[in-house]
Amino acid sequence: MMLKRILNPLWFINGLLFAAFFSFPLAVYAQAIPSSELINNAKQYDGKAVVYEGEVIGVIMERGGHVWLNVNDGKNSIGIWAQRNLVSALHHAGSYKAKGDWLAISGIFHRACLEHGGDLDIHALRIDNIKPGKAIPQRLNTGKMHFVLLLTGVLCLVLILRQLKRS
Amino acid sequence: MILRPCLDDIKNIGYYLGKIIIGVGLTMLVPAILGFSLGEINPALDFLAGLEISLIFGFLLTKLCFTEKDTNWMQGMIVVSLSWLAVMFLGAIPLYLSGHFKSYLDACFDTMSGFATTGLSLIQDLDHLSYAHNLWRHLIMFIGGQGIVIIALSFFMKGASGAFKMYVGEARDERIKPNVIHTSRFIWLVGLVYLVLGTLALGLIAFLEGMGPFNALFHGACVFMAAFDTGGFSPQSQNILYYHSLSFEIATITIMLLGAINFRLHYHVWMGNRKEIFRNIETVTLFIAIISTFFITAAGLAQTGIYPQAMALFRKGFYQLVSGHTGTGYMTVYAKQFINEWNHLALSGVICAMALGGAVCSTTGAIKMLRVGIIFKAMKQDIKRIIFPPQAVVLEKFHHIKKVFLEDKQVRSALMITLAYLLLYGIGALVGMWLGYPFLDSLFESTSAAANVGLSCGITNAAMPASLKITYIVQMWTGRLEFMSVFTLLGFCWAAIKGK
Repeated sequence: MMLKRILNPLWFINGLLFAAFFSFPLAVYAQAIPSSELINNAKQYDGKAVVYEGEVIGVIMERGGHVWLNVNDGKNSIGIWAQRNLVSALHHAGSYKAKGDWLAISGIFHRACLEHGGDLDIHALRIDNIKPGKAIPQRLNTGKMHFVLLLTGVLCLVLILRQLKRS
Repeated sequence: MILRPCLDDIKNIGYYLGKIIIGVGLTMLVPAILGFSLGEINPALDFLAGLEISLIFGFLLTKLCFTEKDTNWMQGMIVVSLSWLAVMFLGAIPLYLSGHFKSYLDACFDTMSGFATTGLSLIQDLDHLSYAHNLWRHLIMFIGGQGIVIIALSFFMKGASGAFKMYVGEARDERIKPNVIHTSRFIWLVGLVYLVLGTLALGLIAFLEGMGPFNALFHGACVFMAAFDTGGFSPQSQNILYYHSLSFEIATITIMLLGAINFRLHYHVWMGNRKEIFRNIETVTLFIAIISTFFITAAGLAQTGIYPQAMALFRKGFYQLVSGHTGTGYMTVYAKQFINEWNHLALSGVICAMALGGAVCSTTGAIKMLRVGIIFKAMKQDIKRIIFPPQAVVLEKFHHIKKVFLEDKQVRSALMITLAYLLLYGIGALVGMWLGYPFLDSLFESTSAAANVGLSCGITNAAMPASLKITYIVQMWTGRLEFMSVFTLLGFCWAAIKGK
């Protein structure tokens, strides 16, 4: 009987409409949205499911079973609140010595998250590591080195001249 | 008749300027050592270059302009105003060499913003900056907040008479101890004691909030230096929002308020006179001003409905307000949110708070609480004069470490400086509008620059016109030095051209 009802086209269409209506607040923006768009039009995206891409930077801060990570898309960084198991595949966080992993975060955007004291944040539902980061090789800048050596010479000369004049 | 400056003037100015340049230059050793110890060789070289250039200039000036004479008032004031410009150009060298600035002007902007404890920034890709450069950004706030001349006074000066003139030139007119050099050393002592305590407190919070021990301590030290000296730089691009931590926000509010209190009051509280906190005109005025401006801001935010919960209102509304009032500029919202999500009423509350500032002889900028308190006392006295019988003698007094009877010259001085600040806020706003920015945005950013606050509604970025960058640099410089030494420098230049 139940199966018959579900297979009824009218019931099926009604069911779709019902699902569409109640999922409206969680409308998904399938394409990645830039941070400036999210910040400038925060009201429009508030409470909606969004995809946001960027480089994870700084430190991943563990808070109980969750973590805070900050993700920068080149313009701004946005805080991502995620369950700890979602970030287990992260390799690098961006810093002076490393390029951080480039992530795609699917989650709910909050203009002023009430759970987190009014922060503008995204509660992640899924995190994909699109492009793993890497350590940035540290090479000595020989131009700077020569410049410093030249300045050392000039400084020594000034100090010698001071001493000569004094004596 | 205007007298043209003589050779003695130039020599005295050059000699003491050279000493200050050497003093500030030597502080570049701190980030250089950190850079070498963390394997950040190229950043360390940037600081060696900056240090060597500073020493070359400093040694040349002290040699060429050698003098044993003490400075007079004019020379002392000019030494101060020129030394702030000189350290801006020299302090910007390692920042520019980092490759994180689009131009040398941008690096100078950030350096002046740092030394003047403003906090507006044009840096690019801050999240990939080295530890050494990041430490320098915060160290210049600590040095600038304590006073760059105070470094020289503490370690390089002998003559107390000339030293006092430079001390006053740097917007500090209160002697905490009878000798100005001892006063300077005391200011450093207060700063260093709080630096240790504040770094440990913030470091512990950061550690408990999920950061590793080294990063927690580094962030703790950096954020303390910028909070206590009411600067506003932060090691990451999200500013305080990066930490997502209520404890961190409460700790920084406490530190910002400590930085906004008069060093003389710190001294008296340290000496056991705790009652002074509750009866001092500055702390009372600061308390009333914070409550009043928060009421305006909260009313505005309530209209928008963006922060419906008390906690959100506290962490966004109150935090931004205290940050603005103390002249720090720490933010837990994005710059664009101010304009897009806060209404005009809420913004007006923050602008008023920024314009008022903290206590005199503290690390804050702006009009300052003593002057606001004096102006209100003067108004009260005038109202009493109207109400009371003509024969009545109306005296007004206030408590500032001791009981002080209000005098006309105090009121005149307070009103003059207040007027000068209002003009400075207005001029910056006019330049902003002339360059095409809306009125409220221009006023907000101009007030933030001139009052050495650092809150931004988005105007300050590397793409803004060079003329606006220079305007803000001048505002930060003039606002930090409280006009007199800058006006003296302008008068000196005028005398050099037109004098006989």
